[in-house]
Amino acid sequence: MPATSSPATEMVPGVHNDAVRNDAALRSKTRLFAAIVVLTNVAGNSALTKGMKQIGDPGNSPVALIGALFHPWVAVGVALLIAWTASHMALLSWADLSYVLPVTSIAYVLTAFAGRWLLGENISLKRWAGIVLVTAGVTVVGISSPPSTVEGNPG
Amino acid sequence: MKWLLVLVQVASQTTGEVFRAIGMRQHGEIHDFRPGALGRVARVVARNGMIISSFCAMAVAFFSFMKLVAIAPMSFAVPVSAASLIPETILARLLLREAVDWRRWTGIGLIAVGVLLIA
Repeated sequence: MPATSSPATEMVPGVHNDAVRNDAALRSKTRLFAAIVVLTNVAGNSALTKGMKQIGDPGNSPVALIGALFHPWVAVGVALLIAWTASHMALLSWADLSYVLPVTSIAYVLTAFAGRWLLGENISLKRWAGIVLVTAGVTVVGISSPPSTVEGNPG
Repeated sequence: MKWLLVLVQVASQTTGEVFRAIGMRQHGEIHDFRPGALGRVARVVARNGMIISSFCAMAVAFFSFMKLVAIAPMSFAVPVSAASLIPETILARLLLREAVDWRRWTGIGLIAVGVLLIA
């Protein structure tokens, strides 16, 4: 499915409208999935944190950590983070990393807001500045990323 | 303890991402996204040692993150985990021979300063 209309398709009667329709559909699908990626990430981290705060420090026992997965909030968090992984992989199957990374990096800021308003966390001005810098850094990394690297083969 | 967990999380996340990238490059590019074809890809990569190691490393990263959010604020744990982009980029350059331009190094620098401020 073409992502954009090419000059060749514009010259063929009836094809241009289909191409424009396909382009609009692809843009809508991309925006929808980007929103799902951000929301599942923020909601998943929030639910996981809420559950783990209720459980408390599980210590160093792997059994306690695995047992924590059955706490309702942790289970919801894990389910949302699985949805986040799936939607993120799906989005990357057609959208450029250089689009996905900066757009979804807004999740860092939204996570801070969720921590502040949902979990009652105190966030200092210094930490807000750090969150903004991390978001800016992830955005710059994303803008610099090509869709793929052609050179190199680690074997 | 908080910083030990961050270290374990970042190290295992980095290991997982690099191993996954190596494993997927060994497999080659995926062209067919139909469910049956994706199932065949899953069966092939599930036997790849790099992918298996990657899953193990990612599991360690996830459980470290779980423990981290139990003892530290989420507004600390989530952005600080972005620190994994720093060793990942360095290893992508050194091990995977990826082209890393100055903009990407600038982004990595911003993340490093951001993580220091969050700390």
